[in-house]
Amino acid sequence: MSPSGAEVLRQIKSRIDEVDPAAVHEQVGNGAVIVDVREPEEWGAGHIPGAVHVPKSYLESRIEGAVPDRSDHVVLYCASGNRSAWAARTLTEDLGYEHVESMTGGFTLWKDRGYEVETPRTLTAEQRERYSRHLLLPEVGIDGQQKLLDARVLLLGAGGLGSPAALYLAAAGVGTLGIVDNDEVDLSNLQRQVIHSSERIGVPKVDSAEQTISALNPDVKVEKYPVRLGADNIVEIISGYDVIVDGLDNFPTRYLLNDASVRLGIPVVSAAILGFEGQLSVFKPYDGPCYRCLFPVPPPAELAPSCGANGVLGVLPGTMGLLQATEVIKLILGEGDSLVGRLLMYDALAATATEVKVRRDPDCPICSRDPETISDDELGVFPDYEAFCAGPH
Amino acid sequence: MATVRIPPVLRAAVGGEKELSASGSSVGEVLRSVADSHPDTQSQLFASDGGLNRYVNVYLNDEDVRVLDGLDTSVGDGDTLVILPAMAGGAR
Repeated sequence: MSPSGAEVLRQIKSRIDEVDPAAVHEQVGNGAVIVDVREPEEWGAGHIPGAVHVPKSYLESRIEGAVPDRSDHVVLYCASGNRSAWAARTLTEDLGYEHVESMTGGFTLWKDRGYEVETPRTLTAEQRERYSRHLLLPEVGIDGQQKLLDARVLLLGAGGLGSPAALYLAAAGVGTLGIVDNDEVDLSNLQRQVIHSSERIGVPKVDSAEQTISALNPDVKVEKYPVRLGADNIVEIISGYDVIVDGLDNFPTRYLLNDASVRLGIPVVSAAILGFEGQLSVFKPYDGPCYRCLFPVPPPAELAPSCGANGVLGVLPGTMGLLQATEVIKLILGEGDSLVGRLLMYDALAATATEVKVRRDPDCPICSRDPETISDDELGVFPDYEAFCAGPH
Repeated sequence: MATVRIPPVLRAAVGGEKELSASGSSVGEVLRSVADSHPDTQSQLFASDGGLNRYVNVYLNDEDVRVLDGLDTSVGDGDTLVILPAMAGGAR
């Protein structure tokens, strides 16, 4: 007759090394890899700080990812010390780990002793499903998704660039999207401004965008600013945002935004489009150049066609807006090489992308100075800038 | 001959071309040769003092000529000059 489960467990415990929580407490941050072998729900309710999570049911397939070196000191724990004993036997006898211990009394005893517990923020079951394709990417994962959910991104305009950017940032689960736009949806917008729709003609763009975003992803909170961005309100509006998406259609506001964002240290993902061509760059204050380093002065009106109505291929702002959204997500996740210090030029007709370097100007009137010294009166100031074009419309 | 990339806002001044070939051994010479062949570009590229307009960026391949030797930067055959004026179209 086969031995009972309890008997097998007793035999296993006699063959493996066990360790008291007091000794493990000393080991935290001290060389040993502490592995929690419980189920995801148990891990989510709290675990030993610094521990890694490898559920016992995935032990054989995932332990090498967590502990690649078989000579490392590994401490396993579960709720009471039984599952971790089985796991210790597997690591020692089947997988060849040389220094494995199972913590007696498990997490229950750890907590009873009053040792610290880390409670991870977790995604709901619906969020795990919604963002499952993100969670499968090591560069995103649960931590990255939490960063996205915690992030606050401000879109300047729910127009050609802002529409696709807002849609995909919302879909990606960026938790707060601010939208600054004082315009209403017009029939001529719908050729490219895909966040709006035919039945919302005449509706304020911030309201129309909010409806689409809420229908797409209820996780996203929309903060609406149905105003025109100006020197009187910019600092108040952009404060507290992590990243700004600039799709502004005029130079005075671009310079105003630059100066205020440098002062507040907020990165700006900037794009501009005309006809079949687009420009894209990321201005991250003090890490790279600012907009004034790139373009110290705005062009005269005849070379600034944004002042009037100009044609644009409808998909072009889609392409550029999604490149902006991509840069925003990279900044939030801290992954990849951002376009800081580089400017990308995309030519839709030629299907080519050209890149040039953008250097910080050591004499930049704004970003060569300490942010505290940039005064309200200086924001967006430009010698006779009113002569160029007086803002939107 | 160097290749000069013409931005959208200047294309009308060069007969609609996206790229021109222009001769010259420095950035200044190449751009002056563009301005000589296409006089409408003169006032858009050059300031009254003969220097580049500050709102026009010029790159030799991918490097801003301002961090090289400006208009004196030497240009070889096969080099590309990119003219980049600021754009602000957000397509409201």
